[in-house]
Amino acid sequence: MVNPGGLFDLDRAWRLDERVAVRPEPFGALLYHFGTRRLSFLKNQTMLAVVRSLGDHPSARAACAAAGVPAAGLPAYERGLATLAGSHMISPREAA
Amino acid sequence: MSTETLVELFEHGLDAPICLTWELTYACNLACVHCLSSSGRRDPGELGTAECKAVIDTLERMQVFYVNIGGGEPTVRPDFWELVDYATAHHVGVKFSTNGVRIDEAVARRLAASDYVDVQISLDGATAEVNDAVRGQGSHAMAIRAMEHLAAAGFRGFKISVVVTRQNAGQLDEFKALADRYGAQLRLTRLRPSGRGADVWDELHPTAGQQRELYDWLCAHGEQVLTGDSFFHLAAYGEALPGLNMCGAGRVVCLIDPVGDVYACPFAIHENFLAGNVRAGGGFEAVWRDSALFTELRGPSAGGACGSCQFYDSCRGGCMAAKFFTGLPLDGPDPECVRGLGEQALAGQALAGADRTALPRPGLDHSHRGPVRGQVRRGQAPKPVPVTIGRRPVPAPPDRACDVNPLAGFAAGGAR
Repeated sequence: MVNPGGLFDLDRAWRLDERVAVRPEPFGALLYHFGTRRLSFLKNQTMLAVVRSLGDHPSARAACAAAGVPAAGLPAYERGLATLAGSHMISPREAA
Repeated sequence: MSTETLVELFEHGLDAPICLTWELTYACNLACVHCLSSSGRRDPGELGTAECKAVIDTLERMQVFYVNIGGGEPTVRPDFWELVDYATAHHVGVKFSTNGVRIDEAVARRLAASDYVDVQISLDGATAEVNDAVRGQGSHAMAIRAMEHLAAAGFRGFKISVVVTRQNAGQLDEFKALADRYGAQLRLTRLRPSGRGADVWDELHPTAGQQRELYDWLCAHGEQVLTGDSFFHLAAYGEALPGLNMCGAGRVVCLIDPVGDVYACPFAIHENFLAGNVRAGGGFEAVWRDSALFTELRGPSAGGACGSCQFYDSCRGGCMAAKFFTGLPLDGPDPECVRGLGEQALAGQALAGADRTALPRPGLDHSHRGPVRGQVRRGQAPKPVPVTIGRRPVPAPPDRACDVNPLAGFAAGGAR
């Protein structure tokens, strides 16, 4: 779901993969995917809030807004989410 | 938002380890000359089944994603599969290291069916000649048989784990071909002068020229080959290798030994690096979070004699355990420092008449006392460990560190 430009579709619905465990850490969180056996990390608490709430929002953009990501900061979160999608930590879902 | 790098964040320590090695037993059917844990005989004080399950409960609560189980040879424990099943049922993934002795067709099929179990076969020579000289006669054939069973059962991506030595450093392409043949992934780790490894370090550790070739080979193969962050001391050659490139001892890494002692890393079984025991009141969690040793390891380190070296930011002074067991100061160069400073320091000690018999010895020695089938005794019999009344004998770790490169697949998922 990462488009050819390497960008991430902020306007569709996403969710955390069910085989991913999230462990909060002082700096953010560690993610572990039991299927791919790969680790990833979230570098701050806002990113953690975004990732955890992806399944509750109609789009990733809405999840970012709800977590308090300012417009100017959105591109950085978009890149982070694109990386997570690339490693299958998060996956697209059909919007409710 | 934090401006610290990931390594800087990790140096302060984590709420739970990423790479936890758990040696389930000192018992082993082999007697590898370089065994990090001086394994051979079971220790009568090893954790029982119920105690192991209590440790797993703790790991589940701490959200330790997976454990790297080793030994000794962990599969010789009668409750081994029971413990593996218990861990995976409690959301703790398992990767275990084995010489292959119990990996028959039925076991391979069972392993292939689980997403939560990974297997690592130890092999220290691409040929029987090179491997068996270190691991014992017949051990190459045993490992190959295990790989054939795993491949036939459809287990993709199991690991072939190689300790790089002077004798096998020229076989890297052959190891890679072997991994490719069985649909496995190659993992190379560093020989450490820990356990019985201290006795053979001088003959087995790669030469400076081999280290350079190894570094170039690793750079060429990137993330296809795992290293458990073993070779960060080689980063001073140029670009960093994939991985955290830091000493994770007590920060992201630790060891639980068969009797429940918690050490800063699998290569440091010595009282100086003993943080506590899982049988104590607060269990593993208290040791990890509050022990004086781990708190100290998570504090700032200045770099000591290496602090002014232009390469310090690359190699970070190298491996603590390698320095300790070769008698070098912990704030000085690694014995395999790419600038040769470690060799110079060791040569200087020799010139000064340093007593090599006074080097620190691993705290525990469970080596077989008699002959082991297939193993040729080397010239040096293990030195007797001085016994102090009231103290348990000291254990040593097996030849495997972090099973997974803590960085393997570390996708930069965070907004910066």
